[in-house]
Amino acid sequence: MQTLLRTPLFERHIALGARMVPFAGWEMPVQYEGVIPEHLAVRHDTGVFDVSHMGELEVEGPRAQELLQSALSNDLEKLGDGDAQYTLLTNESGGIVDDLIVYRLTPFRFLLIVNAANREDDFDWLKEREIAGSDVRDVSDEYALLAVQGPRSLERLGLEEAPAFTFAEGELDGIACMINRTGYTGEQGVELMVPAEDAAELWDRVVERGATPAGLGARDTLRLEVCYPLHGNDIGPETDAISAGLGWVCALDTNFTGVEELRRIKEAGPRQRLAAFVMEERAIPRQNMPIEGGGEVTSGTHSPMLDRGIGMGYVPAERAAPETELTIDVRGKPRRARVVKKPIYKREAGKSGGD
Amino acid sequence: MAVTETYPDELRYHQEHDWARIEGEEATLGITWFAQDSLGELVHFEPPEAGATIAKDASYGEVESVKAVSDLITPLSGQVIEINQKVVDAPETVNEDPYGEGWLVRIRLSDLAEADSLLDADSYRQLLEEA
Repeated sequence: MQTLLRTPLFERHIALGARMVPFAGWEMPVQYEGVIPEHLAVRHDTGVFDVSHMGELEVEGPRAQELLQSALSNDLEKLGDGDAQYTLLTNESGGIVDDLIVYRLTPFRFLLIVNAANREDDFDWLKEREIAGSDVRDVSDEYALLAVQGPRSLERLGLEEAPAFTFAEGELDGIACMINRTGYTGEQGVELMVPAEDAAELWDRVVERGATPAGLGARDTLRLEVCYPLHGNDIGPETDAISAGLGWVCALDTNFTGVEELRRIKEAGPRQRLAAFVMEERAIPRQNMPIEGGGEVTSGTHSPMLDRGIGMGYVPAERAAPETELTIDVRGKPRRARVVKKPIYKREAGKSGGD
Repeated sequence: MAVTETYPDELRYHQEHDWARIEGEEATLGITWFAQDSLGELVHFEPPEAGATIAKDASYGEVESVKAVSDLITPLSGQVIEINQKVVDAPETVNEDPYGEGWLVRIRLSDLAEADSLLDADSYRQLLEEA
């Protein structure tokens, strides 16, 4: 049996009575009090997630940017120091090796925060392509990552607003951390990167300030309501960025792995598209359920905000337009769904914050 | 979320974590405290058709939480005579009151002798401890 890895916050999760599950080789909290109350805490106030399982890679050197620009889909030229960017690591056929956020620390030093399950693949991928003047290191074990998300998160942490996809060195109650204006919930919030040895203390301070501990269960329902793709479900090495609706993070005028293929797909138009849908009947779509007329569900769940089944899935391009009726095979029973414009759930008007 | 863990003595239990309250030739069916706690807050109840015939140890419907789907296993054979609409409309009722308001269906029993094969509360508690 493979031993599961534990984050520096493992003891905290156990003390809180979390239900622990294996996830991408880690033993992680799926829920504490319950997925729905945790979801609502993030939508209405503040939640805190341990996302220390995510990988951190550093790429450093006079040619670090050159290496990354050749591997990542988005345009690194747009970044100054203190800027972050959502981007894709692509393969030769335009498939998605991983989706990640790149942070420019200095012109010669970048941080990549990557999916836990892809940490080794990403590292190997970049290491193989390393050029003289660039050095790729896996620094994941040195850091913990806490996502603090929700409309009251900044107020609770005593932080000023800042533009989404920026970051700065800072501190919270005397604990030094990197404060990233990023997240996976569609709410205002931050992700705090902290040396592993300070993680438990930072967690305690954040919880004392009123953030509700939230697990991977709520993380999944939150991200799906706002249609953020999950690598391994909605996107992967076999799916391309254009079909996935991620053309906006592909700078097709730059040169990166697979760009020719992506240009070709964009030009021809993708044969299938990742559509978001809402169930019209009582039923919960789940991953791998067939969609009548071609395609399948890649992510599905019950939306706590809409109180009905929601999901995403690849459908033939001509069936991906909003209002299209879909029929989903829910364990042998046909159930009606309707394609909707992304995101499925939109934060109430008047509440500001990063996305 | 739910009430404290209990397994009422007047019920009979199936090892798949379903209970039956037998009253003459009829029985009310539901899922145990353990089942609802394992699943988490229920968000969907897929009931059988009213009038459907259901067979002991087979699936007669489904309940779903955000993360998981679970088959409902009937402890006893019979015909469905009533479905708890309250649970269809508000599945979390099962978490709040698994043996009361959160019952799932009522059936007319087709074989009264089947009840002998079910567990009593003590045996069911023992099964949970051994699991």
